[in-house]
Parts: sequence; C-alpha cells; structure tokens
Amino acid sequence: MTPLLQVEDVAKFYGHRIGCTDVSFDLYPGEVMGIVGESGSGKSTLLNCLAGHLTPDRGAVRFDTRADGMRDTITMSEPERRMLSRTDWAFVHQHARDGLRMNVSAGGNVGERLMAVNARHYGDIRDKAIDWLGRVEITSDRIDDRPTQFSGGMQQRLQIARNLVTGPRLVFMDEPTGGLDVSVQARLLDLLRGLVREMNLSAIIVTHDLAVVRLLADRLMVMKDGHVIETGLTDQVLDDPQHAYTQLLVSSVLQV
Amino acid sequence: MTDYNFAYLDEQTKRMIRRAILKGLAIPGYQVPFASREMPMPYGWGTGGVQVSAAVLTPDDTFKVIDQGADDTTNAVSIRRFFQKTAGVKVTEATEEASVIQTRHRIPEQDLRDDQILVYQVPIPEPLRFLEPSEVETRKMHALEEYGLMHVKLYEDISQHGAIATAYAYPVKVEGRYVMDPSPIPKFDNPKLEMAGIQLFGAGREQRIYAIPPYTQVVSLDFDDYPFEASKADHACDLCGAEDSYLDELIVDDEGGRMFMCSDTDYCAGRRKQGHVGAQGVPYAEDAA
Repeated sequence: MTPLLQVEDVAKFYGHRIGCTDVSFDLYPGEVMGIVGESGSGKSTLLNCLAGHLTPDRGAVRFDTRADGMRDTITMSEPERRMLSRTDWAFVHQHARDGLRMNVSAGGNVGERLMAVNARHYGDIRDKAIDWLGRVEITSDRIDDRPTQFSGGMQQRLQIARNLVTGPRLVFMDEPTGGLDVSVQARLLDLLRGLVREMNLSAIIVTHDLAVVRLLADRLMVMKDGHVIETGLTDQVLDDPQHAYTQLLVSSVLQV
Repeated sequence: MTDYNFAYLDEQTKRMIRRAILKGLAIPGYQVPFASREMPMPYGWGTGGVQVSAAVLTPDDTFKVIDQGADDTTNAVSIRRFFQKTAGVKVTEATEEASVIQTRHRIPEQDLRDDQILVYQVPIPEPLRFLEPSEVETRKMHALEEYGLMHVKLYEDISQHGAIATAYAYPVKVEGRYVMDPSPIPKFDNPKLEMAGIQLFGAGREQRIYAIPPYTQVVSLDFDDYPFEASKADHACDLCGAEDSYLDELIVDDEGGRMFMCSDTDYCAGRRKQGHVGAQGVPYAEDAA
C-alpha cells in the first residue's frame, strides 16, 4: 500500500531558532496520527508546514494526488496547492472563528467549498448543506443563522461540516477540542471518531490533550523543542513511555 | 482656459493614466493600479471618472455627464462645467451627439456606437471586498481565478430573501476570466455592458482603472436554478410612456401619490419631443412653456 502522505526530513527555522526539525513519517489511508507536546514544542509549526500554510526551509512533503500520484506539495505551484487545500485537504482550526466566515450563514459556510469547486445549483448546494449540518448534529432550522449566534461547540461542529463537505482524504486538526468544556468535548470527539471511520479519513491531529489522542489517534508522535523524541502506537506510547519527557508528560495528566 | 493645462491634468499624468487605460483594455476586467491624483473635488464625487475623462478627452470631443441617468443634477452639472472651463470642449445633453460620456451609476438607454466612450465613476472596484477584506488575498483570488466566494454572496441573498436581492453593482465575469464590479449601476443595465462603445472605469480613492473593450463578453453571475434577471419597476414611464427604460420612483405628495419616470432624462425628453405622452405627462411643447 502506498502512503497518502510522505514527510521527509522537514525543518522550519525562525531565524536562529528551531521551529521544528528532522521530522519524517509516512501516513497511510485511514490512519489517524496524533502529535503531542507542550506549548512551543513546534507541533503547530509542523502542522502548518504540512498543510502548506508555511513553507519549510528543508525537506519534502509528498501527497498521493488523485491525478498524478505522489507529488511534492512544497514545490508544486500555488494554484495546485490551493486547489488541494479546498478539495482533498481540510484544516480544522482551534478557534472556529479562524476557520469560519462569521458574517455568512451556516449554510453559506458549508456551501463555500462546494461553490469553490464550481457547484452552481442553489438547490443542490442547500440540500448538501442541510445533510452535513445534520451529520454534525446541527438542526436544519439553524441553516440560515450566522455562526455568531452559535455556541462554541456548535461553531466547532460547523467548522468540521464546512471542511468535510467536499469529501477530503486528509484532515489537519489543530487542537480541535481546545477551549470546549468536557461534555461538549466528549460529544465532539465522538462525532469526529464516527466521521473518521465512516469516511475512511486520514488525519493529523495536533493537541496537548492526551485523552484526545488516546481516543482518536492510531499512532502518536511526541515533540519537544522542535524535535520528535518518541513515536509509536498510541497505546504503546501512553502506557509504556520510553523517553523521560514522555514519561513526565504522561504522569502529568490530572487524575479525577 | 489658458490658466489650465488642457483638461486640468498635466501631460505626464495623462500619459500615466492612458498607460493604465491601455493595460486595462488589453486585460478586460483586470484592475490596473494607477497613481491617482488629488482633484478639486472630494473623493466619492467621481475623482476616478474625472481623471479618466481628462486623459481621453481631445479638443474635438463633445462631452456629456450623467448622474443616475440625469444630466441636470449637481454632480453632473459641476463635472460638465469643470471640463467646459478647463478643456473648453463642447458639451451636450444628447447621448447621440456625445463622443465621451462620463456616468455615475447608469448606462444610457440609447445604444452607444463604436465611436463613443463611456467613463464610469467607481466607488469600490473590488467585487470581493465585503467578502474578503484583505486586498492581498483578493488579488491572489483574482490571479488564481478563485471566485467561489462571489457565489457565497449570491447564495446568502437567496437564502435570506428567496431571490438574488443584489439589485445594483451586480458582479459580472468578463471574457470568461476576471470577475468585475460594474460600479453601482442597476442590474437592469448589466446586459448593456456588452456594447459597441469602449467602457472605462475609474476609481480615484482606490487608485484603480479597469476597462471593457467593445463587443466583449460580459456575463452576470448566477445559479443554474436562480438565473440572472435584469429587473426594473413594473411600470411605464409616466412622462413619456416608455416601457423599456429604467425608472425612478418619485413621491409627489403626502397622500401616497407617486409617479415613475425614466431615470435617463435625455431619453425621456427625446421621446416626448417625438410626441409620446405618459399617463401623467403633458405634451412636450406645453411643458416647455
């Protein structure tokens, strides 16, 4: 089986400071990979490099495109990369405000990606929007409300619907449950887990919440100071951490 | 007249503007940046249109200015007098006789010929402005032809009003490439954007010039199931009886009395001279006396 995403020796520097360096891994179709680490460990920098928001200083990020197979997304032209990011890729931001258009209705938010790939039939776009709002548990009578009238959890679910409507194959998530209270978090995680399985999505989830990766991720990568210090199956890394920092991280989780 | 250079602007500035116009004509619908000058009128009063007119006027031209279709409103009269004074060109109110027509928010009812130039005053040249506030981003969207967002606006219209409620500044796609703001003309005028004359658009405050060459394809954006419709008040002109012209609605008393009349004053007067009389109109000669 060919990997969906092949990351090879990616590095990003901010002047003399290391953003992230020496990162290599393969991601296979249907696989969910978690990246954990403390604030400033370079996990968001890495995610933005992979998603094309930042240009890495070194390395290659190869994606298995539908048309031409493996392509390096760093060297491909900007129109191609932007096309990828609105069709085969999705990006779920930590703050729903960054990923939504707050002055456009929920239906318009979901429909935008469809219209960006030349959907020009209002009725069809609306049906699809209603379908997707239903899948993320937003009732269809809220379709014409703006995200500003939604709660934090609903905004986050709307963002997910907006991203998944074009049937992407790879989803980047940056702290998708950050800032939500635990019961809302639990429902969101449940929803994400269902969607990932149902659509056979590959995902890269950046978070500092170990419970989130335990639930969602098949594989785990632990980062510190821009370096990957430990990788492995999620349960293996969390139950039998090898690196001193991972041991500290795992033992720092508050027990209720 | 001798106190001013011909048409107010100095020759170097006019050359700079002409270069922008030529580039605009070469890339229909593309917004060309230009070094907009201070004009002796406030921004928003047509400084872009005036600069474009100044750059294309020659001493042999006949100049006409309309404001919302009318030749006799403050803005139209002052701009017409401005060029009468600084360029000494002939002026007219007749669409037929004019070689350069500066317009604010209307296209004349009468079809233009290929020896006529229509100059628009544009307040906001960027059709994506209110959807995407970043100019860096909107330029990139134009460059990469990413126009999905434009349809989001139309989608919002239909979801809120049941129909595309955008009635003016209705976005168009020019020659299958650039999405363009046709300036705040009513969408009734959109089909007329495909015409024989040259159309030049000047935005003074925003420092942009763009153009539509003669006989260029201009398509109003829409949805398959909500097609574009050029709408007007469902009425005939009360002065000249025209049923095919764009109408202004005028409240005439405080008892609900109203009348509809052509917004294009020259067109209306021309029809009345030919003897057409509307429901509330009087024959042309009586009115003049």
